[in-house]
Amino acid sequence: MGYVLTQEGFSDAISQLRKTYRIFAPVRKKGAGRFTDVDAILYDEVNGSEEIELHEKSDYSAKEVLTPLSETLFYFTEGICKEADLDTRPVLLFLRSCDLHAMKRQDQIYLANGMEKDFFYQRRRELVHYVLIGCSHSFENCFCVDMKSNVSEDGYAFSVDEAEGMYRINVLDERLDAVFSTAATSKEEVVPAHVTQNEVHVRIPETIPAEIMKHPLWDEYTTRCIGCGRCNFVCPTCTCFTMQDVYYSDNGRVGERRRVGSSCMVDGYTNVAGGGQYRKTQGERMRFKVLHKILDFRKRFGYDMCVGCGRCDDVCGEYISYSNIINKVADAVDAMEKEGR
Amino acid sequence: MNNPYIPFPSEILEVIRHTQKEYTFRMAYTGEVKPGQFFEVSVPRYGEAPISVSGIGPGFVDLTIRRVGRVTNEVFETYAGQSLLLRGPYGNGFDVELYRDGETVVVAGGTGVSPVRGVISALSEMDNAKDKYAITGFRSPSDMLFRDDLEAWEKRLNLILTVDGAPEGYAGNVGLVTKYIADLPLRDPASAKAIVVGPPPMMKFTIIELKKKGFADENITVSYERKMCCGLGKCGHCRVNDTYICLDGPVFNYVDARTMMD
Repeated sequence: MGYVLTQEGFSDAISQLRKTYRIFAPVRKKGAGRFTDVDAILYDEVNGSEEIELHEKSDYSAKEVLTPLSETLFYFTEGICKEADLDTRPVLLFLRSCDLHAMKRQDQIYLANGMEKDFFYQRRRELVHYVLIGCSHSFENCFCVDMKSNVSEDGYAFSVDEAEGMYRINVLDERLDAVFSTAATSKEEVVPAHVTQNEVHVRIPETIPAEIMKHPLWDEYTTRCIGCGRCNFVCPTCTCFTMQDVYYSDNGRVGERRRVGSSCMVDGYTNVAGGGQYRKTQGERMRFKVLHKILDFRKRFGYDMCVGCGRCDDVCGEYISYSNIINKVADAVDAMEKEGR
Repeated sequence: MNNPYIPFPSEILEVIRHTQKEYTFRMAYTGEVKPGQFFEVSVPRYGEAPISVSGIGPGFVDLTIRRVGRVTNEVFETYAGQSLLLRGPYGNGFDVELYRDGETVVVAGGTGVSPVRGVISALSEMDNAKDKYAITGFRSPSDMLFRDDLEAWEKRLNLILTVDGAPEGYAGNVGLVTKYIADLPLRDPASAKAIVVGPPPMMKFTIIELKKKGFADENITVSYERKMCCGLGKCGHCRVNDTYICLDGPVFNYVDARTMMD
């Protein structure tokens, strides 16, 4: 059911929802950006509708709510392992269509890669309901249309589009109809806004031959990439983590095991005890990352990992464009085919 | 809800010292397990390390641990009279029955002998043990692991024990494992099976020698080592192309392994 609300009505609805749900959304952090006087748009729990940033792309993705960059798994108290407590209130998570598509990739790895579901992901995932933020226009570096993540027809509780002070809501979770029908000025059919055209285009070849792994196109990144890992941390589809044990300095017998976000671009990712390392250069690491997004994940699960949010391009301190790399791969594949390889 | 990340305590039943840096920890364990699978060994405060199963018996598994990193260092420091925390077993492991018929060659180097120790023992118990070959290589005579097993294997199957280098006066074989492959007295290399486990360069050159000898790719099995933080297909560190070493391996047919590129 679709509803149209004034700013006041939307604010009332959010207040009403907060009685049941914790609400996480992109929030503007004044002056927290990477340059002087630049704001950052980060995910955080919100106390009211006025805190929700509906008009900008968030610098980090919504995945942080499900897989925090640092998460305590359990506590060690002498011989006992005790799972970390979890706030069991349900969550509404505001995100854009690309990020909603990315959540399917997160579910794929954490719940459906291998026989075991990830306990810590699953217990959070069961609490989270998505709220789709409509996109009335494309943002810088976005290429969601080519990645087919620009439209979301289901998988969300309700959607929100704001224009000229009016909020248009499409409710899919019927349990929420009561809240919005009370707060609405009118009922009408609402279709969430979505992007149909991006400035950036990528071309992903249907088949990518294995020879691409040895192609010289990766070499330039050995000198250009500084291996900071930002592209992985902002990526809504990256899932990798590393275990980390922390012990308290005032009681050396008590501590915790955490998992922290990990980056395949950062040195040490493949290191094994005794000095073995399986990818040494940034070029090899770039190849590993990019081919996961557009080839290896697809080979395993049947669809591409990348959703085209463009955050990796937004954040790169060396101005490396991942969308350009995809197109370079496509060109290289064309050339290989022409040469009959 | 089952939580596979929580390790369980396992009593250390016995410690067998092979070298100064390598001990086998006999751990209390009952449950299904195969040679070539691995456990995550946990030392709270220091972390976890994946360790392959080097032996299986009633009520125990053997974990042969080399003191080489943060976690294993701590295992050696604190083991006396203690238990260790384990998760697992993970991975596919070896199916010993695949190697029952015909000629089989196991080539293993250093700690690479651990995951195939159970396989070699099983081969040595088979009726046709005379058709089974094991080439085991160590850095030097003082780096040898499983000395008791080596003696037992030597009596039952064709064992070639070699070291990369030795002090003067050493009576045994000296040379890399690759050197012995060409001269193996196999009746039919084209149908013989091989298992190769060891450091990456050793595996690469061993496979080259096996193929020269006439081995078919589909008859070669390898076991890979990678960084693994979870063992469950989630942490991502062990992925190679579309393969997760912890889930799909660590044991692979060479037909699959030959196209894998880190």
